[in-house]
Amino acid sequence: MDQGVDGNRPALSRTARLALVGLPLAFLVIFFAWPFVSIVATGLWRDGRFGFSALGQALDEGDLLGVVWFTTWQAVASTVATLLVALPGAYVFARYEFPGKRLLRAAATIPFVLPTVVVGTAFLALFGPGGILGIRLDGSIWAILVAHVFFNYAVVLRTVGGMWSHLDPRLEEAARSLGAGRWRAFRYVTLPLLRPALAAAASIVFLFTFTSFGIVLILGGSRLATLEVEIYRQTALLFDLPVAAVLAVVQLIGVTAILLAYSRYQERRAVEQPLRAAEDIAHRPATAGQRALVGGVLMSMVLLLGTPLAVLIERSLRSSSGYGLAMYRALGDDDGIRAIEPLEAVGNSLGFAAVATLIALVIGLSASVVISYRRSRASRWFDALLMLPLGTSAVTIGFGFIVALDAPVDLRAWPLLIPIAHSLVAIPFVVRSVVPVMRSIRSRLREAAAVLGAPPGRVWREIDLPIVSRAAAVGAGFAAAVSLGEFGATAFVARPDTPTLPLAIFRYLGRPGELNFGRAMALSVVLMVITAIVISLIERFRTPGIGSF
Amino acid sequence: MRRLIATLTVFVVVGAGCGGDDEPGTVTLLTHDSFDVGQEILAQFTAETGWRVEVLAGGDAGQVLNQAILAAGNPVADVLFGVDNTFLSRALDADLFVEYRSGRIDSVAPELDLDPHVTPIDFGDVCINIDRSAFDAPPATLAELTDPAYAGALVVENPATSSPGLAFLLATIAVFGEDGDTTWRDYWEGLVANDVAVTSGWEDAYYGVFSGGSGAGDRPLVVSYASSPPAEVVFAAEPTDTAPTAVLADGCFRQIEFAGVLRGTDDREGAEALIDFMLGRSFQEDIPLRMFVFPANTDAALPKVFVDHTVVPDDPVLMDPEVIETNRERWIREWTAIVLR
Repeated sequence: MDQGVDGNRPALSRTARLALVGLPLAFLVIFFAWPFVSIVATGLWRDGRFGFSALGQALDEGDLLGVVWFTTWQAVASTVATLLVALPGAYVFARYEFPGKRLLRAAATIPFVLPTVVVGTAFLALFGPGGILGIRLDGSIWAILVAHVFFNYAVVLRTVGGMWSHLDPRLEEAARSLGAGRWRAFRYVTLPLLRPALAAAASIVFLFTFTSFGIVLILGGSRLATLEVEIYRQTALLFDLPVAAVLAVVQLIGVTAILLAYSRYQERRAVEQPLRAAEDIAHRPATAGQRALVGGVLMSMVLLLGTPLAVLIERSLRSSSGYGLAMYRALGDDDGIRAIEPLEAVGNSLGFAAVATLIALVIGLSASVVISYRRSRASRWFDALLMLPLGTSAVTIGFGFIVALDAPVDLRAWPLLIPIAHSLVAIPFVVRSVVPVMRSIRSRLREAAAVLGAPPGRVWREIDLPIVSRAAAVGAGFAAAVSLGEFGATAFVARPDTPTLPLAIFRYLGRPGELNFGRAMALSVVLMVITAIVISLIERFRTPGIGSF
Repeated sequence: MRRLIATLTVFVVVGAGCGGDDEPGTVTLLTHDSFDVGQEILAQFTAETGWRVEVLAGGDAGQVLNQAILAAGNPVADVLFGVDNTFLSRALDADLFVEYRSGRIDSVAPELDLDPHVTPIDFGDVCINIDRSAFDAPPATLAELTDPAYAGALVVENPATSSPGLAFLLATIAVFGEDGDTTWRDYWEGLVANDVAVTSGWEDAYYGVFSGGSGAGDRPLVVSYASSPPAEVVFAAEPTDTAPTAVLADGCFRQIEFAGVLRGTDDREGAEALIDFMLGRSFQEDIPLRMFVFPANTDAALPKVFVDHTVVPDDPVLMDPEVIETNRERWIREWTAIVLR
């Protein structure tokens, strides 16, 4: 099982190898490592030398250990909960065909892009004071867990489901025909094969929830604080850079440890396996049992993801004069005092998403090749480095840009900094979607092609590319979603006056008045619809019919 | 590979075009996300002075200020607008601005003019808003709110994460004081005993917990702004002449927003022209319905909806920015211990 993947390495020219390593590395050094080091150094540099006295201060007053403990265990609990809840969905999407599948998969990604303040509103309406469900969960860890599952469901559905849809079901069938029960076959055949994708999804969900900010702030009821909340408080509000720097380093160490553990695990578990075209595997539910399974899983998924979204849709349609499209019409009104052009915001959001996705694909794919085909300590560190931005506080990176990017060229107010900040968060999704699949491509295929005289480039094009492009599409969908949802440091950099959809929603919500609230809700629904459309379009680009391999 | 190189080339070319210093004839304004001004007003500035304005937005007021401090001396912009009196001391300590006295400063009420490095542009009062439908006799003073008659009625924002929340805490400190029979701590103990609710931000308090106007919650008292009732009228779904909410005009904290010329600017002349313009009548009269705050220039006429639906408190709380800067962290910590324990 634990065989090397070195034999997998296609021959690449020296220049190509250099470029594959150099491009992502340069990008990360300029836009992540350098800003991070700069802002931390700014915080720790006092009177001509580095001072770590802030560590004592942070330990002293802030109950640092308590915050680290809460941050870690809520992230672990959220990750486990998300995996458990979303796995049945991943299975059903991988193995069965049903009407509306593509739409439903795109819709499952919607929660991922919604601004947390909007989702917070929906959750408070469900289980806040006077909530529809009649139970109070706000201010408790349960509210945070439910919201984290809601946000990250799509990560598991898409990452694990993507891998699952290529697993040859004949393996499991063989085990069953040899007498293994359904559970044993899953436990000893399918699960080990799925492990790389499971670990990939888990690592992303963990990082996302480890750095959870808005959800903890809004639903945690001011009493629960993650490291991210503390860093934000220390940096953006108290401007206590020394303490913030210590916290940022603590966060970095924790995240790095997890990532290194993950990538060790991932390498040991990488198994070459026969991947098959998803179209060959998925079939319509045939028996009553299968129909019940598919129906039940889809129903629970719609309930979990759909209820908060339904609340938002309901609110966008509601006004004091009854239900209708008044708020959507109001989006088009020019009342002379409108701060936002909704259409302009849509255009800006789509433009940034396109650029961010392109950057994430270019950087992420070159990095994936390096990580998949080389097996060394260096590539493990490289892998961890790529993931780090996901586990780093947005305010750290954002303020880091300001400190670091002023020379030799002043990039601090560069418009491209926005998609670049998005792509920092998006690259891990591309890498995590692609690497497990790349590692699983059988070297025999490549060798056969090479023996038959195909040059390396052609081997890559004919064997790897079709398989990889499907995984890349999954990653690209996430990258677009990350950008549409404005993840990352953009809130903390000075950007030209280019309102995006989340910013426009935020501006409406920042003012009193029924039209403002209604328009914020209507614009949130617009963001949902645009997300669903963009994700389905990206998925259409996937190379159809990989054929048998 | 060729595509990579092409992509990178595009980045570099675009970067050279957009990054770096601004073009001559352009003055750059760094401000917060809530900043808003009519395009026609900016066009008027260009017509009058020849300078064009480029707006950079960088998050909320506190974040923008911190960005500016991190870049102090080598600023990304020429003018900073949006630092308020709760953060003014931090800005002055960081030596962020060069001194500038606008020729129009005499049109500003003297109590707004706190330091020669900055020019007051607008002010807003953080006051408790009242759901008018909930009371026959609404409360008229802060002190009454600890009365059991108002149990479960008030929602406030956490001063550690919200700017109106901090303003309200400062107001209670100014009104009740640090020592004496009833200190601000005693007052908050009373509010806690009266089941005060706390949210992390204004949005959740106003739209989620408050029952008045566009609020969907069940508490009739909320910490908001004196300009919120006119906003309820302006942004009502059905045209209306009556505001559903009113202002409790006691213990209101006055937030003053300033503009200043950033030290290190290479367009000082344009920066000063922009600050002069921001104090002029056309910009000042555009402020209320754009940003829902009051113009600093006393000559600027208020829109009718402001005159009809709000009160400007006679005796708002004005606290020395230096006192705020010195005590902010301690006060927030003490407040947290009392209210969120």
